[in-house]
Amino acid sequence: MSAAVDFKNVDIVFGAARKEALALVDRGATRQEILEKTGAVLGCAGANLTVNEGEISVLMGLSGSGKSTLLRAVNLLNVPARGNVMVKDGDRMVDVAACDAATLRHIRQTRVAMVFQQFGLLPWRTVAENVGFGLELSGVPEAERNARVERQLKLVGLDQWASKYAHELSGGMQQRVGLARAFATEAPILLMDEPFSALDPLIRTKLQDELLQLQAELKKTIVFVSHDLEEALKIGSHITIMEGGRIVQTGAPEDIVLRPANDYVRDFIANVNPLSVLTAWNVMRDRRDLDHGEDGWVWLDRRKTTRFKIDERGLVAAAERDGKPAFWVSCADVEAQPEETTQVFWANPGTSLKTVMLAMHRSQTAPVALFDDQSRFVGAIGIRDVLSAVLRR
Amino acid sequence: MDPVSQLISSFKIPIGRWGKTFFDFLTTNFEWFFDSIADGLTVVLDGLVDLLLLVPPVLLVAAIAGLAWYLQKSWKLALAVALGLLFIVNQDLWQETVETLVLVVGAAAASMAIGVPIGIWAAHNERGYRYLQPVLDLMQTMPTFVYLIPVLILFGLGIAPGLIVTVIFAAPAPIRLTHLGITSVPKPMIEAGEAFGATKRQLLWKVELPAALPTIMAGLTQCIMLCLSMVVIAALIGANGLGKPVVRALNSVNIPLGLEAGLAIVVLAIILDRISRIGTGAAK
Repeated sequence: MSAAVDFKNVDIVFGAARKEALALVDRGATRQEILEKTGAVLGCAGANLTVNEGEISVLMGLSGSGKSTLLRAVNLLNVPARGNVMVKDGDRMVDVAACDAATLRHIRQTRVAMVFQQFGLLPWRTVAENVGFGLELSGVPEAERNARVERQLKLVGLDQWASKYAHELSGGMQQRVGLARAFATEAPILLMDEPFSALDPLIRTKLQDELLQLQAELKKTIVFVSHDLEEALKIGSHITIMEGGRIVQTGAPEDIVLRPANDYVRDFIANVNPLSVLTAWNVMRDRRDLDHGEDGWVWLDRRKTTRFKIDERGLVAAAERDGKPAFWVSCADVEAQPEETTQVFWANPGTSLKTVMLAMHRSQTAPVALFDDQSRFVGAIGIRDVLSAVLRR
Repeated sequence: MDPVSQLISSFKIPIGRWGKTFFDFLTTNFEWFFDSIADGLTVVLDGLVDLLLLVPPVLLVAAIAGLAWYLQKSWKLALAVALGLLFIVNQDLWQETVETLVLVVGAAAASMAIGVPIGIWAAHNERGYRYLQPVLDLMQTMPTFVYLIPVLILFGLGIAPGLIVTVIFAAPAPIRLTHLGITSVPKPMIEAGEAFGATKRQLLWKVELPAALPTIMAGLTQCIMLCLSMVVIAALIGANGLGKPVVRALNSVNIPLGLEAGLAIVVLAIILDRISRIGTGAAK
């Protein structure tokens, strides 16, 4: 995997007293101190972040945390005071913070497209003309432009609306136009600055789903700004949390939920439903941590109700529950199984925690085993593991 | 008088004399320049008046009504325009009206041609606009009679100086409104343009000007109205038109003549105002 966007020690400062502000940044001053002493506003400080190709990287934080500021450095709507913002252009990486105007225009026209929170559509243009705006700027001939616009409008389901004006559309539709405009340039990198925040919750969910569908097809690199952790967890493959202009934690969604770096992140995730993020893998106890009996028997739970006999290839040879022989079934079709005390469910690492809990419920709180994709036994989840993950204790 | 006031007024700054010296300098050294401007303008404007007077009034009335319909797509407006102009023909003020029309449209066109580019420049140059503002204030508030004198000296009598004083008075409106229109283009629109790689020129033509168009058009309407309000003053320095009968009526206390010419100006003002409201949705 190679980087599509790479922030290296990016500092962004708004206001006149940049030098003084940067000196304070180096001494680790907070945004408040910098504002009081120099009058300059710290946008973001010391940002280091790599966004890999094909990834949806979400920048998160409360308003004023610097997430939009950092995003807007990628196409230089905000100019970094220091540091490099490397953007992939074909086979090379270009530092947009230091390149000339022609290169920057080339990057903006063909490499990086943007979707805005307030849509940023031009009201005197029709939907089709708005979608073709980027192509028009880069001088794409009209015939090709029209063909590409039509394709994009079909993609977002607005081909019937091509000749309407933007203000005649609902908010959700307007943002689809914004999406189509960004897709039309065929730029591999997409910047999305809280694109769904201005929409009502139902439409927001719908557009999130559509974005994920489109992404599965188009495989863009997306940098997405959001203040909504549910949204970030839903669409992000990588999440970066910012506070006061600085990055406080960056990692996979479940890393953030399971191992919050500080109280700020903990506050953030406090209201997140862990069931929507966590998988069996995140909560299981590893095979090596389980209680091993004689003859290859392994206890799956601390209460010693259920045990598996594992052969030398790592496969399950026999199972026992409450001293009686049991059989093991996949929890993929847990709903279809009758409630029986003689069965033990197994899950894959990617199975959602919700399914695991359902399996426990069906089997009267029996532990759930975890198999890898070659059906080898890798660990187990007892009821206590589930409870501590949900309660975050 | 107390000593402080005496001290202050003991030496009068000779602003007036400096001004006179300046204008004397201009007249002696650049007379050819101002004369050629005056001659050129006179030829063009008088030629236009003569040309329009060749057309039978009824045909011209129909043409203007047609223009009103074309621009505003309202037959009611076209009918009102036709009736208003026919009233003027009926009052036997047609020639004066054509002269005024040429002066007003010419001055408004010149004001827009000067004002819009300056407004665009000022919108991108806040420092420049700060220096420009007092100049605009001066142009709009300096009593018109005051600059009639130097304009009269430099350009002589006739329609050319009339046009020039009118432009001095009317040009600040399009400058201010173009500046306002462009500086109040919503930031997300500008950023959308920048984010998709617009050059400065593309940003101006494809984002800023279309977004500012309604305000610039309001500037046009205002500019035409300001030009019309100068008709009587232009008549004082020899510009022909509806101002002439007004001035004559004033000098001879002729109420009927003053009323007729005054009403003709009002009719013309209403017609020009309604026709020039382009793109503001007045007729939608």
